[in-house]
Amino acid sequence: MELEKYLRRTALPHIWCPGCGNGIIAAAICRAIDKKALDPLKTVIVSGIGCSSRMVGYMNFNTVHTAHGRALTFATGVKLASPELNVIVVMGDGDGTAIGGNHFIHAARRNIDLTTVVINNNIYGMTGGQYSPTTPTGAKATTAPYGNIERDFDITKLAIAAGASYVARATAFHTVLATDLIAKGIENKGFSVIEVISQCPIYYGRKNKLGSASKMLEGQRDNAVMVKAAERMTPEQLQGKYLIGELYNNPAPEYTAEYQKIIDLASGKGGK
Amino acid sequence: MQKPRLVQGNQAVAEAAIAAGCRFFGGYPITPSTEIAEFMAEQLPLYGGKFIQMEDEIASMGAILGASLAGEKVLTATSGPGFSLMQELIGYAAMAEIPSVIANVQRFGPSTGRPTSPAQGDVMQARWGTHGDHGVIALSPASVEECFTVTLKAFDFAEKFRMPIILLLDEIIGHMRERVELPEQHEITSIYRKQPTVAEDRFMPYQPDEDEVPPMPPFGAGYRYHVTGLSHGHNGLPSESPEVARKLLARLHEKISRSHEEITLYEEHFTHDAEYIVIAYGGTARSALAAVKTARKLGINVGLLKLITIWPFPYHIVERCTRFAKKVIVPELNYGQLVGEVIKACGESMVFPINRFDGEIMSPERILVQLKAVARR
Repeated sequence: MELEKYLRRTALPHIWCPGCGNGIIAAAICRAIDKKALDPLKTVIVSGIGCSSRMVGYMNFNTVHTAHGRALTFATGVKLASPELNVIVVMGDGDGTAIGGNHFIHAARRNIDLTTVVINNNIYGMTGGQYSPTTPTGAKATTAPYGNIERDFDITKLAIAAGASYVARATAFHTVLATDLIAKGIENKGFSVIEVISQCPIYYGRKNKLGSASKMLEGQRDNAVMVKAAERMTPEQLQGKYLIGELYNNPAPEYTAEYQKIIDLASGKGGK
Repeated sequence: MQKPRLVQGNQAVAEAAIAAGCRFFGGYPITPSTEIAEFMAEQLPLYGGKFIQMEDEIASMGAILGASLAGEKVLTATSGPGFSLMQELIGYAAMAEIPSVIANVQRFGPSTGRPTSPAQGDVMQARWGTHGDHGVIALSPASVEECFTVTLKAFDFAEKFRMPIILLLDEIIGHMRERVELPEQHEITSIYRKQPTVAEDRFMPYQPDEDEVPPMPPFGAGYRYHVTGLSHGHNGLPSESPEVARKLLARLHEKISRSHEEITLYEEHFTHDAEYIVIAYGGTARSALAAVKTARKLGINVGLLKLITIWPFPYHIVERCTRFAKKVIVPELNYGQLVGEVIKACGESMVFPINRFDGEIMSPERILVQLKAVARR
């Protein structure tokens, strides 16, 4: 498939380190958009701040590189103002669940039709490797030089608990799966969260002696278990593994559609 | 004109917003601004507009900026503590040049302070509250009628200059009710942001026209472009070039300064022969006018310069108005904020501040006492 038409040639080359998963995931998003045949002129991609959020600058759509943690607030404004636009959001783990954590749960609670891709590399990469809300307990980071004592978030459980109507997980290794899940997220009329586990070989990998980028990708292959396969596994076999695939799909009233009902109701009462 | 009505200041802001074509409000409840949100929640759906109560004031700013990118005229309203939370994205709006209007109905602070009591403590926050270096337009109405007319101006300035505009009310003006005759919708003309005249393949989203302001098509209208808070060139893409950064920053200042005459709103009362000039704004300007009128009856040659535009500070107007004055009196509901700018214009020896900072209004008597004392010297 021709991906180049979705890229801004003048914005390239990208700023990512060798071995970074962001490019793979950018391609998965483009493929999902292609699969759903979205009109690029009617598609908006919004991001926060961080390595992964730089992605939108390279993508030839209506794009907003917002402030740290705030992507979902801008996206909410775009979508509510113009529900006919397709709105996709790209955030990192620190961006989306630390500084943007409050916006994340409230966007989920509203079930507003945004397809949110959270790229989780377990670290703040742009600032050089500090621990994030998804850095595993015990892992090292520049601000956790003796090991992280905080407990880590499961982003997908957070999203489900807060009210997202479609929640899934893939990895940078499982790129076909990632494309399919993002496409399904686009299809869902509501708040969709697709967590994509990614690798940061430069900061997270090096600090935690995880080897090269390809070694880390192999780790994703070995530690990720498809939801269906997990059903046949014992808790012992699932120790240290994480689920990938569709984790939750439960359509619910969508915010902008509900708001349209308010407009209809109000105008019925003698609108102007 | 509409029939005379009793209208509250906050309501007049909301009515003017709708009259100006504002069709999106994002906000978070906070005293003494909440009536603006309540009015918009009720009225916007009648016009096909959208209201959303966000999870905090940061999110409120984000939502209105997103809606503005989608082509709507947008408003939010808050008070001091919420205004502080909005500062992060006010900086973004300045940098990415996104039209937006932010009403701050000032209350006594810092912190929770006296939430239902007036103050003018956010004057410098309106100028310097956000990070970095950028031009600002802040307008401070002094009556319910001005809440309406100045809000219309705020929307015009936001659209024309592509920037966030601060509407700086105080609790007196926000909560006061007055009999007003407001214009009918057909009597109001308002500006919408310039649209590009070239095709998408030749469109440079941040290339300014002669007025230093770039056109701004809404998302979905056929022009794909990138919006970022990073330093960016005419193509909207991030740039590391010091030259690009310098030109961008200069333009954020100069698009305002080149239009200072249009932006500067003020009123003069009895200034033509005045030996003493009172400079006031917002709720305090009402007390100042009453004091000036009484003082005139007592034979004191005093006039009032009422500032509506407080940022950019109109140094040239203040200089002209006070050139032949013996003294300049500056009453404010704070420990001394805008008086610093008056001193820059007139020199310290000329200026007498009157400060009240207990959450109560500045009475005309208090200003009159000071006027008499100054005139006796």
